[in-house]
Amino acid sequence: MKTMNVKFAGLGGTGVIKASDVLAELVFELGYDVKKGEVHGMSQRGGSISSDVRFGDKVESPMIPEGEADYLVVFAEDQVPVNIAFLKKGGVLLTPKDIDVTRLPSEKALNVAMLGKLSTYFDFPEDKWQGALKKLFAEKFHEGNAVAFDVGKGK
Amino acid sequence: MPAFDPKAKRMLVSGNEALALSMLHCKVQSAIGYPGTPSSEILETFSEIGGPAEWAPNEKVAAEVALGVAFAHARSVVTMKHVGLNVSSDTLYTATYTGVQGGMVWIVADDPGQASSQNEQDTRNHAKSSVCPMFEPSNSQEAYDMLRLAFRTSERFHIPVILRMTTRVDHSKSILVPSEELEALKPEFVRDIPARVMVPGYAKPAGRRLRAKMEEIQKWNEAEGPNRIEMHGTDLGIVCAGISYHHVREAAPDASVLKLGMTYPLPMEMIRKFAGSVKRVFVIEENDPWLAENIRAAGISVESKFDPVYRFGELSVDRVRRILSGDRSPETPPVKGKAPALCPGCPHRSSFAVLKDLGCIISGDIGCYTLAALPPFEAMDMMVDMGAAIGMALGLRKVLPREQAKKVVSVIGDSTFVHSGITGLVDMAYNRPATGHVVVILDNSITAMTGQQEHPGTGRKLDHSPTYRLDYGEIAKAAGIENVVIVNPVKDPEGMKTAVKEALEKDELTLIVAKSPCLLALKSILAWEKANKEKAAKEAK
Repeated sequence: MKTMNVKFAGLGGTGVIKASDVLAELVFELGYDVKKGEVHGMSQRGGSISSDVRFGDKVESPMIPEGEADYLVVFAEDQVPVNIAFLKKGGVLLTPKDIDVTRLPSEKALNVAMLGKLSTYFDFPEDKWQGALKKLFAEKFHEGNAVAFDVGKGK
Repeated sequence: MPAFDPKAKRMLVSGNEALALSMLHCKVQSAIGYPGTPSSEILETFSEIGGPAEWAPNEKVAAEVALGVAFAHARSVVTMKHVGLNVSSDTLYTATYTGVQGGMVWIVADDPGQASSQNEQDTRNHAKSSVCPMFEPSNSQEAYDMLRLAFRTSERFHIPVILRMTTRVDHSKSILVPSEELEALKPEFVRDIPARVMVPGYAKPAGRRLRAKMEEIQKWNEAEGPNRIEMHGTDLGIVCAGISYHHVREAAPDASVLKLGMTYPLPMEMIRKFAGSVKRVFVIEENDPWLAENIRAAGISVESKFDPVYRFGELSVDRVRRILSGDRSPETPPVKGKAPALCPGCPHRSSFAVLKDLGCIISGDIGCYTLAALPPFEAMDMMVDMGAAIGMALGLRKVLPREQAKKVVSVIGDSTFVHSGITGLVDMAYNRPATGHVVVILDNSITAMTGQQEHPGTGRKLDHSPTYRLDYGEIAKAAGIENVVIVNPVKDPEGMKTAVKEALEKDELTLIVAKSPCLLALKSILAWEKANKEKAAKEAK
């Protein structure tokens, strides 16, 4: 399989890195080669951040080259212009506009809802998504996450 | 809790996590460092998975402790970011002379692209100048494997070894399959005064021994080092190391590649042979043209990046493509994102509001509070290195006209003060400016910028267990500072303002401790304190 590139982007403190961790964990469990790259440091201070997940038979660089992201998942509309150059021609852009945010159990669950939306583009088994979410979040979030994931899926 | 299962046979981990696990499996007996992005998670993870990890007041002390461990025939790791190596370089440059009895690895994390650093210096220069062997991993598996190899090298040749990481290798996750654990070393003291006491009479022969040792290590690197040639064709050959290797493999899949794992001392004959086997040979590297210059100095002709364009910032697949195609045109700057800022409710906001209001000339330091230099505050006039807030301000006070000198204030964080501010305070009293001086410690009770690490002023160790808490006021008094004021700038902004105003008016020396905890860390701090109290109560029973 050719390398699949998913770029998550948004502002620090909104779960961008957590979302990329969930996808990376999922594809790792499914047996793909995977690399995940991001820059930490200033991320807690509300600045722009992004995180790249790349998976396939063999992944080299942990950074997605410009114009090669198959999916660009942006958690804040104003961060679209900052990251759009990474989306390939014909690639899929997902933003909070693509989900019904009014149905989210909390604002914090937006990242999980965006993963729910992203999941509709892949054939990965639902229980694997749920497994990765459960592994990466504390138990108290599991119930809300399940709701948010479904909201993202449009259920 | 660690973010991965340390017992798993196959795992997806960051380079820093891979190092922590490797340290555990190498039976490292002491690991110590000072936090600094991108290196901070190494020791935190090592502690979480059960390893003996400590934060030192600064990198120099950390390196000295680690050296002592290695003198005692045990295995030690010292971690730091690239600028931390400057602080501990005094130790490094003579530790290569003394050598070690056990194993010592100096993990240094460079930050090409300056995601979170005040400069873009290249640790490879330090390796060469200090004559210290150096490995450069490209991913998590190599970080794990090369730490082990670094210990083997250190123990075989009795020399400290640098493991050079970069931001992308530290923080990127890739797949790791761990290996068997090593046997622990048995600590014992072996007296060897001529090898360990670097008075000139012993240091001169030690310098010669070091050079001879490096010749041995170079021979070993040529024959058995972690370097490999991937032949794909003879049109183009690329020499690279570290993260650049993966960018190269993706950007030029048809090129032959010499991937270097040990970059000092370089396996120059291997490079010469590789260069001779291809029509065109290119060096691809991040930061300084370090490989290219050293290879050329050995009489091997290579092409390399056009430095006016590509010396700065990280490499990427895109940039490697541009470099290989000979593109020297300026790059399109990326769209600017939102800059980081002091958090809403951050206690530093209250302090800077006061300092700005009083029209202070602010000599600043390194930490979250450096963000006060940016709009909307623009309330920091200089920031250079850890602890410089005090020294630079003393310099200003010495020469500025009185009305300006009277406005100079040093602003330094709690962790930064402990790291390198104390000696500045000593100078402040020793070489006292005629107008006096005012130092404000912005004490948010944590090393906030790097992700909330403990330090000697918090009264808790790396694993948050209780220990002696350093008293800034007592230190100041002992140094000869006559006024010490402790004030909460959030709860008592008027008190903060009065304290600064009165201190500026006097021709005296004043330390103001502006004490209010980091809002992001508050919940954790309360939980750690509660756990420690409960444990103490239980033990008292």
